[in-house]
Amino acid sequence: MQRFQLKAEDLDVLIQVIRAQGHQLVGPVIRDGAIVYDDIQSASDLPRGWKDEQEKGQYRLKRRDDGAYFGYAMGPQSWKKFLQLPRRKVWQARKDSSGIQIVAIEEPAPSLAFLGVRSCELHAIAIQDRVFLGDHYTNDSYAKRREPLLLIAVNCIYAANTCFCTSMNTGPEVTLPADLTMTEVIDVERHLFLISAGSERGQGILQQLPVQPAEVEVKKLAERAVQSAVSQMAQGVRSFDSSDVKELLYRNYESQAWDKLADRCLSCANCTMACPTCFCSTVEDTTDLSGDNAERWERWDSCFTGEFSYISGGAVRADTRSRYRQWMTHKLATWHDQFGTSGCVGCGRCIAWCPVGIDLTEELQRIRELEKE
Amino acid sequence: MIPALFRIDERKEEFSGTFTLGIRREGESALPRFKPGQFNMLYAFGTGEVAISLSGSPADTGVYQHTIRSQGLATQALARLQKGDAIGVRGPFGCGWPIDTVAGREVLIIAGGVGMAPLRPLLYSLRDKAHGAARVRLFYGARHPDEILYRSELERWADSLDITLTVDQGDSTWRGRVGVITQPLETADINGGKAVAFLCGPEVMMRFCIQTLLTKGLSESDIYLSMERNMKCATGLCGHCQWGPNFVCKDGPVFSYGSVRSWFNLRAL
Repeated sequence: MQRFQLKAEDLDVLIQVIRAQGHQLVGPVIRDGAIVYDDIQSASDLPRGWKDEQEKGQYRLKRRDDGAYFGYAMGPQSWKKFLQLPRRKVWQARKDSSGIQIVAIEEPAPSLAFLGVRSCELHAIAIQDRVFLGDHYTNDSYAKRREPLLLIAVNCIYAANTCFCTSMNTGPEVTLPADLTMTEVIDVERHLFLISAGSERGQGILQQLPVQPAEVEVKKLAERAVQSAVSQMAQGVRSFDSSDVKELLYRNYESQAWDKLADRCLSCANCTMACPTCFCSTVEDTTDLSGDNAERWERWDSCFTGEFSYISGGAVRADTRSRYRQWMTHKLATWHDQFGTSGCVGCGRCIAWCPVGIDLTEELQRIRELEKE
Repeated sequence: MIPALFRIDERKEEFSGTFTLGIRREGESALPRFKPGQFNMLYAFGTGEVAISLSGSPADTGVYQHTIRSQGLATQALARLQKGDAIGVRGPFGCGWPIDTVAGREVLIIAGGVGMAPLRPLLYSLRDKAHGAARVRLFYGARHPDEILYRSELERWADSLDITLTVDQGDSTWRGRVGVITQPLETADINGGKAVAFLCGPEVMMRFCIQTLLTKGLSESDIYLSMERNMKCATGLCGHCQWGPNFVCKDGPVFSYGSVRSWFNLRAL
């Protein structure tokens, strides 16, 4: 794959080329003190010169002194909000003297382009593809949004303390297909992007950019930048061997670790909302005041709620212990049997956005230690 | 997936709070065939959808029957529907009872309470002898004599079907057994190597029945059970019905005990 270099001041050319193709371009923007994904009109919308410092139950934006566009790790939101809509009307129905008519809602599916997709997030999208498109029944709303999606991936040059993609084998270097893949290269002399195309569509965009073949030095700097993210994670406390995690959890359904977790977990569902692969949804059926017009809405749901497991006679998972066990065991163990991969990509969102600072990697370690006792 | 429009063709009160609906599709005389053990998602206008097993005869291609206990909001709304009223239906979903395993076997059908409903289509299918079962026995436990589902039908079938009924609590008219269903199961003459069992009822009832069946020499893979979990989409996409690695809606609701033993014995899974 031939690699080119694009000057940082020409990043906006890339943005305008994508927009001119009719895509709705979404990417990182700063809002409410966090980096979130939203519409991008120009390069000036990007969080240039910001990084995120993350820890258990903690997320803060801090200034960088190098003016990097993609110098942050991971915000609270994942791309799933654009593909699996948090809330959508599925159908509406009308009742009159002749009966009921039910009409499906034909939602317009925008031709989305994601700018700044990290390797772990590409893995997350691939995981949701398996969930929603991989079996007999498919999620049509997701399929319609996923199909035209243009992916512009970015290699990580910085890892937050909460990142553990190296442990889950999902990053930080982009290895899954993307239409374009970029690495931001910054030193005292230069600020540019190493860029390569991974599809015909990506190639078509690349041809319209003021790029030049990448210099050897730039390629080296790019490799070094990604390697620095790898080193950050390797030196951090969240680096672990995930190869036997499925078996570990299958053996430990009755671990005391779940009781300890239940003492802290609030069952607030934040981790499931922030997780880029959590896919559970529910439906709400409503009527207007006349009772003649009904609607069905689908919205994200969480296995941490009481209603989630409700059957006649009460909730199957009546306590927090069973709900956390379900979430973590699903994510890291049963997911393998369902979809052939782990459901965790190591993005660390569940760690940073847990209001009481529960750390999934730490809990795994605790389960492992308690098993030895 | 939007519900297809059906109408209530028949409504029968089985006993207080439990009723059977016969429903026909608007403008269609033939319905998609279903396998015994499958379920439909029934939609009561504006209230919600609920998974209800098919309880009629699979040979009856014009009507679906559903026996429903009025319990939550959706089933209460379904309970209010009368003949001619409209109802939304998605389905049939799930895998059914493995009826092709019965040839030459002793079939034990074991039902508890409204767990009888998803087993009735199996009885219809096995009665026509086409599947070659060597012997078919029904063990059915209900709370009270008034709560025995399909009682008159079962009485009609008594000449061709070996039926054991028991109730938790009798009344002045009841001359039959009183007690849990495992008691007659324990004393029954069962050839464990030749038998195959199909169970549906409360989990605790199935749990004890499985223990009895295992002591009778049935292998774990010859015991089949129908599981209940919360279902919203019925297509394996919404995540609600997860039970260990299984999605009850698409991998079940019928499972062989051998394939789910490690999950079945975990509480609050």
